[in-house]
Amino acid sequence: MLPLDPLPLAASASNLLAAREQMAFTLGFHIVLSCLGVALPATILIANYIGLKKGDEAAIELAKRWSQAMAVTFAVGAVTGTVLSFEFGLLWPHFMDRFGAAFGVAFAIEGIFFFLEAIFLAIYIYGWKRLSGWAHFWSGVPMFVTGIGGAFSVVAANSWMNQPQGFTLNAAGKVVDVEPLKVLVNPATGYEVPHMILAAYMVVGFLVASVYAVGMLKGRRDRLHRLGLLIPLTIGLIATPIQLFVGDTAARAVADHQPAKFAAMECIQETGGHQTEYVGGVCTSDGVKAAIPIPDLDSFLVGFSADTKVTGLNEIPNDERPPANTFLHLSFDLMVGIGTGLLALGAWVAWAWWKRRDIPRTPWFLRIVAVSGVASVLALWCGWIVTEVGRQPWIVQGYMRTSEAVTDAKGIWFSFGLVLLLYAGLGTGAVLVMRSMSRRWREGGAGLEGDTPYAPSTPAGRKPLGVSGNRPVGRGKT
Amino acid sequence: MSKADAAAAILWVGATFYALFGGADFGGGVWDLVAGGPERGQRPRDLIQRSLTPVWEANHVWLIFVLVVLWTAFPPAFSAIFTTLYVPIALAALGIVLRGAGFAFRKSIVGLQGRRAMGATFAISSVITPFFMGTVIGAIAAGNVPGAGNGDAFSTWLQPLPLLIGAMFVASGAYLAAVFLVGDARRQEDAEMERYFVRRALIAAVVAGAFAVAGLFALHSEARYVFDRLTSQGLPLVVLSLLCGIALLALLLRGARRPLRPLAAGAVTAVIWGWGVAQFPYLLPTSLRIDQAAAPGPTMTIIFIVFGVAAVLVLPSLGLLYTLAQRDLLESEH
Repeated sequence: MLPLDPLPLAASASNLLAAREQMAFTLGFHIVLSCLGVALPATILIANYIGLKKGDEAAIELAKRWSQAMAVTFAVGAVTGTVLSFEFGLLWPHFMDRFGAAFGVAFAIEGIFFFLEAIFLAIYIYGWKRLSGWAHFWSGVPMFVTGIGGAFSVVAANSWMNQPQGFTLNAAGKVVDVEPLKVLVNPATGYEVPHMILAAYMVVGFLVASVYAVGMLKGRRDRLHRLGLLIPLTIGLIATPIQLFVGDTAARAVADHQPAKFAAMECIQETGGHQTEYVGGVCTSDGVKAAIPIPDLDSFLVGFSADTKVTGLNEIPNDERPPANTFLHLSFDLMVGIGTGLLALGAWVAWAWWKRRDIPRTPWFLRIVAVSGVASVLALWCGWIVTEVGRQPWIVQGYMRTSEAVTDAKGIWFSFGLVLLLYAGLGTGAVLVMRSMSRRWREGGAGLEGDTPYAPSTPAGRKPLGVSGNRPVGRGKT
Repeated sequence: MSKADAAAAILWVGATFYALFGGADFGGGVWDLVAGGPERGQRPRDLIQRSLTPVWEANHVWLIFVLVVLWTAFPPAFSAIFTTLYVPIALAALGIVLRGAGFAFRKSIVGLQGRRAMGATFAISSVITPFFMGTVIGAIAAGNVPGAGNGDAFSTWLQPLPLLIGAMFVASGAYLAAVFLVGDARRQEDAEMERYFVRRALIAAVVAGAFAVAGLFALHSEARYVFDRLTSQGLPLVVLSLLCGIALLALLLRGARRPLRPLAAGAVTAVIWGWGVAQFPYLLPTSLRIDQAAAPGPTMTIIFIVFGVAAVLVLPSLGLLYTLAQRDLLESEH
């Protein structure tokens, strides 16, 4: 047998920071793509349905374009998702060793959804030409179901890290019994899962709408752009009020079950009633500086009464307090702020629609929609920062510290640097590809030079290799 | 058969599917790499791309399946492998990212230069990824992964056996891909491409066979436990693999039309299960047994249910996908 490496403690502490940074970065990258995987199918299917039902060629064209974009984002999402499953072992092997038997259950179920998603996504994306209209539409419906199911499984695993239950440990700390249902349906599942699924629909809705808002600001006001704005924007705007309700419920549950996280994100120093809600500001041990204080509101939000007692950081042992208090607090506020802004946007659209059956006419409306996509992604990241950084120093709340979970392997800073470079390329590539796709669409939907990997053009005298020519949009059938 | 043994069998089923379908996808990249310049390589690349496009993501999911079953059903084994072999594993992950991105971007990017760069990324990483995956399997088979993990980061896999297994992975993927592509070329009545890939299937078969023989010698010196069992309990499977390989060679040389794919799949499957039988009852020979690494019973039950659901839902769906793809009902549109 080969000798084991002795592990210096200092290396381990540095590893922890590097591993956390790498995990945060790769997860932050992937989560945007997974939102697209969860919510883009429904958006595409709605456009497809409208197109088939009403013979609307613009809607069919949108569904086609979006599914081509989804082919790219799903491919990138599939590999960045794979990186995350590798990172479970590469960065957090001791977490997997101890708790894989318990929380792995959620991922086992997710495997099925991911499989079905990959299969039906391929059938849908590549079935546009040869499958008949409605058969093709129905081949896409499983993507919608698997998106929801996949999100449920993955977020249930994360909820479990926040509210672990459904396992028995022996004296050595080894999992000796598991109750899979309790793992899957833990106290945090009920709010984390809908919160994430709604976030996915908001991100997709506002992100796609923002693309068409930019186009309309550039003067492209055809039916395609109007529909391309309206379909996703409607989805985003419907999801927003529901999201604010779910988020509010989630915050109350966090106050109940994860008081340290709640105290940190709300900057509550001392336990007690009549807690002030601080909007913005810098958290310090003697109060919040430079914030807008709203007396009693925090207590009221937690328990619908100004007298509600809220746990402060003073009750949390020093070594169990989440780090970066101000960062957490501002992340939380930014998320809520963006959500509220998007709700106001929805109210504006609803009012304009009720008045004139049209979107607001001012270019400011389009400008706001144009930034709503980026804003919703920002809100998404903020939410995950609150969930994940707010749980620190724990990886499994109350059972395992992140420092116990991290690998002893060397070179994590190096791998983090490599990952940064790699993902910068990946992100740039994906954006460039999307832009070149959109340019092609604008230039009249002309195809690439042939369908072939990398030949300049189809050599003369040979039969064309790709299916040549571009058939008219909508395939003339309804 | 205990619950743990059954879960190990499920792990092997997943690995088999990944080796067959994921392996063939890697092999497609290998042939893309050696197809020559833009003009000369256009036709084989086109055939490879059309065969891979609708199915590679679904095929890739088998890897996720294997990882998830490993960490859920056998957490200590997962941890031991990842704390020891993190270098080749990270390199394989790098290859996976480059490969998927290269393939997806190549289709959609405009301009010859960009496409060539993306194509080269895809093709080169199609060699890197299976090679390092092979070194991981080789290091496990060689007994270089301590059951408690934290084995040496380099000496565990920079040995003849792991490196040979890595090379064998690349060659068998190329072999599978060539055989699958012979069928695809036939279906499209492209006699030139059919001959092209028949020739390459023969070359890959010989190369993979040579690596396998060299691997046996390395196994004899580096992994006695596995070698001894492979040549006793595992012998029927080794013979079966050999017979499938020889039969396939004969058919290819005679220009026969079928059953090429089942024979190629049979040859690879027999090797994987031969390895499984040879390792039994160890997950990590000879430091971690299946029963030592096993998760509690209820977790295993979930694995069985998931596997059952996969058999009922995923396999027919995969069948549908392959059927549609084989009937040319799926194609990319630009």
